[in-house]
Amino acid sequence: MSQFLQVMLSGLATGSIYALVAIGFTLVWQAAQTVNFAQGEFVMLPAFFVLAAMKLLGMPFWSALLLGLAISLLVLGLLFKKLIVEPILPHGGITLIIATMALGILLKESVKEFYSAEAQPFPSLFPARHLDFHGAVLSLQDIFNLVLCLAIVVSLTLFLNRTRTGRCMQATAQNPAVAEILGVNVKRMILYTFLINAGLAAIASFLITPVYLAKFSNGESLGLIAFIAAIVGGFNQIRGALVGGLLIGVLDNLTATYVTAEYRAALPLVLLIAVILVRPQGLLGTKEGRAV
Amino acid sequence: MTKVNKGFIVAALLLAVAIVAPIGQGNYITYTLASWLVFSIAAMGLNLTLGYAGQISLAQASFMAIGAYITALLTLSGWHWMAAMPLGVIACFIVGLLLGYPALRLKGHFLAFVTLAFNTLVFLVLRNEEWLTGGSYGLTGMPRPGFGLFTTMKQFNFYYFTLAVTVLAALVMWGIVRSPWGRAFTALRENPIRAESLGVDTRRITLLAFAIGSAYGGLAGSLIAPLVQFIEPGSFGLAHSLRILLMVIVGGAGYFGGPFLGAAVVILLPEMLRFTQGYYLIIYSALVIVMLIFVPAGLMGMGQRLREKFWPGRQQRADMAEGARLK
Amino acid sequence: MLRKTLWIATTALLSALGTAHAADTVKLGMVAELSGAGAPAGTNWRDGIKIAAEEINAEGGILGKKVQIDEYDTQTDPQVSRALVQKAIDGGAYVILGTIYSGSTMVNMLVAQQNSMPQFVGSESPAVVQKGNPFVFRTSSGAQKGVPALTAYFKDTLKAKTVGVAWVNNEFGKGGHTVFLKEMEKAGIKVIADVPSEQAQTDYAADVAKLKQAAPDAVFVYMNQEESARFLIEAKKQSLAMPLVGEVTLTEAKVIELAAGSAEGAIAHVGLTATATDVPGIAAFATKFEATFKRKPTHDAIKGYIGAWTTKYVTEMVGKFDGEAFSTRMHGLCLKVADHPKILMDTCWDDTGEMSRPSFMVQVKNGTPVVIGQVPAN
Repeated sequence: MSQFLQVMLSGLATGSIYALVAIGFTLVWQAAQTVNFAQGEFVMLPAFFVLAAMKLLGMPFWSALLLGLAISLLVLGLLFKKLIVEPILPHGGITLIIATMALGILLKESVKEFYSAEAQPFPSLFPARHLDFHGAVLSLQDIFNLVLCLAIVVSLTLFLNRTRTGRCMQATAQNPAVAEILGVNVKRMILYTFLINAGLAAIASFLITPVYLAKFSNGESLGLIAFIAAIVGGFNQIRGALVGGLLIGVLDNLTATYVTAEYRAALPLVLLIAVILVRPQGLLGTKEGRAV
Repeated sequence: MTKVNKGFIVAALLLAVAIVAPIGQGNYITYTLASWLVFSIAAMGLNLTLGYAGQISLAQASFMAIGAYITALLTLSGWHWMAAMPLGVIACFIVGLLLGYPALRLKGHFLAFVTLAFNTLVFLVLRNEEWLTGGSYGLTGMPRPGFGLFTTMKQFNFYYFTLAVTVLAALVMWGIVRSPWGRAFTALRENPIRAESLGVDTRRITLLAFAIGSAYGGLAGSLIAPLVQFIEPGSFGLAHSLRILLMVIVGGAGYFGGPFLGAAVVILLPEMLRFTQGYYLIIYSALVIVMLIFVPAGLMGMGQRLREKFWPGRQQRADMAEGARLK
Repeated sequence: MLRKTLWIATTALLSALGTAHAADTVKLGMVAELSGAGAPAGTNWRDGIKIAAEEINAEGGILGKKVQIDEYDTQTDPQVSRALVQKAIDGGAYVILGTIYSGSTMVNMLVAQQNSMPQFVGSESPAVVQKGNPFVFRTSSGAQKGVPALTAYFKDTLKAKTVGVAWVNNEFGKGGHTVFLKEMEKAGIKVIADVPSEQAQTDYAADVAKLKQAAPDAVFVYMNQEESARFLIEAKKQSLAMPLVGEVTLTEAKVIELAAGSAEGAIAHVGLTATATDVPGIAAFATKFEATFKRKPTHDAIKGYIGAWTTKYVTEMVGKFDGEAFSTRMHGLCLKVADHPKILMDTCWDDTGEMSRPSFMVQVKNGTPVVIGQVPAN
């Protein structure tokens, strides 16, 4: 029983990270109708900004975190949109998708060459306290991951539905041309989306790297799983990304514990294929009217 | 008609260069040239999927794996390569149909998603089903085919054998694209909506393009097995699918010669950028991004643009220009 | 196509220029995983070799010829590694140093064999020396030698009746896993939890939970560096109580650095370890390495170092640069530290290219691995 509880809870904690990254996928999808294949690298990179700030500039951890967040917003948000998405989007969605694949390689290789090919330790945001919960162990970090993830989903949903800016962002996502006519500053709204995505990636990065360790190749599997989580949950819904992320986190752990460890990596993929066959809009997604 | 003749002359010239290229070279260069040809075949297949049908496939490496493992297992148990290869190719064609059918029912990039998952699944099966595939140790010692007095055990002979297969594969591809039936691909590439309204069943054509493209992946795989004489699951991972995809893009998707050029760049780039040591992947990926910003049609597109600039009199056929722009 | 030919011509020309002044140098073809998944191992291997080359040249080179290291990056891709071994041979290498990943070695050693080229490898997979290749030599014991050395520890020291095994499911982990299961069966110890994990796996919650549930007397951990560290962190979190015993990797400096406090108490059997500083040669090497590269050497660095030095020692025994004679001399050869100090510890190679030397049991105490026992060569 304690084993079951342990893998469930650990799965939820890991799943909440997948969810954070998956939300970024859905946001970018809505803003630019593109899949960012460099999303995993977007999560790998901010931890290295922090490490570099600490090592090269000698900054204390907390200010390095802030600087890391700022650089992430600038590089992964603003520059990504200005230098890559904006000039390539007119050439078509596929071209942009391929550009993000190349970007993924670029980021990964740059970290490896300019920082280190080896994994690096990363300071934890929380004291290493563990709580015993009916025989299952949860760290403060795990609990915070879950809480933060839920808080982000709730506040993002509120922001998008209740504020003027949020509604403008939704209008932009649904029909940029009409939004423009109605006086929405479409470019600015799209920029907001990219900034939020970069911010989420940075937060996810700071949360997982103490446990996953900072390594250039960390984004590969994380990006893939988060991406599957986004599709499974529903590519056009923030709630969907949450459900997809948690579901995959839990199912992955359950599979590894009770079914097969050799094929545990297959589970998200099977889930993906099943969803595409049965319910292509995702578990919580709504059908999109236009062809994408 | 003169256009075709000129294309023929260029192709004949290139073939002549390919024939003399390994003469006087060491084993390493001959081996590299052979792997360039193999990857050209894989990229040629993907070009049909991507450049003509406008669908991303992220599983070309796993189709190579299917072709390679089938060929390897059969040749290791005594079959001749000529008998084993078609089985690998047909298997890839069928898997392509099965995989593409559900994904292509839907509009959007679902084929990309499905193939992404498929590539990893194939890796897991190859690694875990040790009784069949040798697991993570892979398979070694695949014999190279012999044809009477001509054995391909030597690097040189194997290169010419690969070249012959490549030329045949290219001719078949040329036939597919040129045939009245294949013209549907062109129509599709040009304007899918108009093609549909003219009675072309775009979904069926796209599916067929993907299945044929996958079969070319299988053919490349059945050549890789005797070329390297060692295959293991890690050589057919997602990164390799991505590598083949970038070959098509860099060369110029939708151009017949694009895959050859793209494969040449990717295979020989580490060689060219050797002075940059570890930085070549950084330089390469940065160049790809810059290229996508300015010339999304790839190197072939760049060449075409230059030609038009200097000899503006020669008008390109509209469909060629259009097709280069990826849908 | 034309451009391609031009490039080939250029490279061929450049490599020809490279050989022009080759008369007074001897080339060692360093083919290793300098990028890709194997980069940490490959770069250490390379840097160990660099230190050796510097020392060898300071002592007058090999048979009076200066050593030149030609670097080839396999990108951790077996197919590329095969091509590069061929390239190193075309470029006039005298021996091949590399590769480390067994998957690569298994394919590229065929090429070296066809060219009668001695090859020192860092791979520990049993299969490498089971193919009857007379030109391949290890720089550290294979898993089929290293893991059995542990059996006595499980049986006599820990008095374990049941064990668990957590291993990484790649060609490295597979080798160790197979040998371990066989050894345990021989020793009459029951394996009650068998937990494979993926390479580059990040979440070990399920793995550790399974081991905790099975509650064996000890756990054998056979993974690469970061995976070991992540496993140790999760094991500490779920307070896995039994001893965690590994082979080589588990107590490496890098793992301890990454796992921080979580590595405390971990035990491993290690061949040559940079932490065995009571061996004078190792201490000197570790100091020099850290001064040059600003980081601690791993066992891959020591392996590369020994490969390069053995090349010098054995070539000078043979008295000429002859791959076949070199390989014949290597078989059944024992090098003693007393005569050949840079071999670091007494080392022997058998007829298959397998090597053996005394080894250590170490345990992490207060953040540093401490030698808790010595294991004789087997």
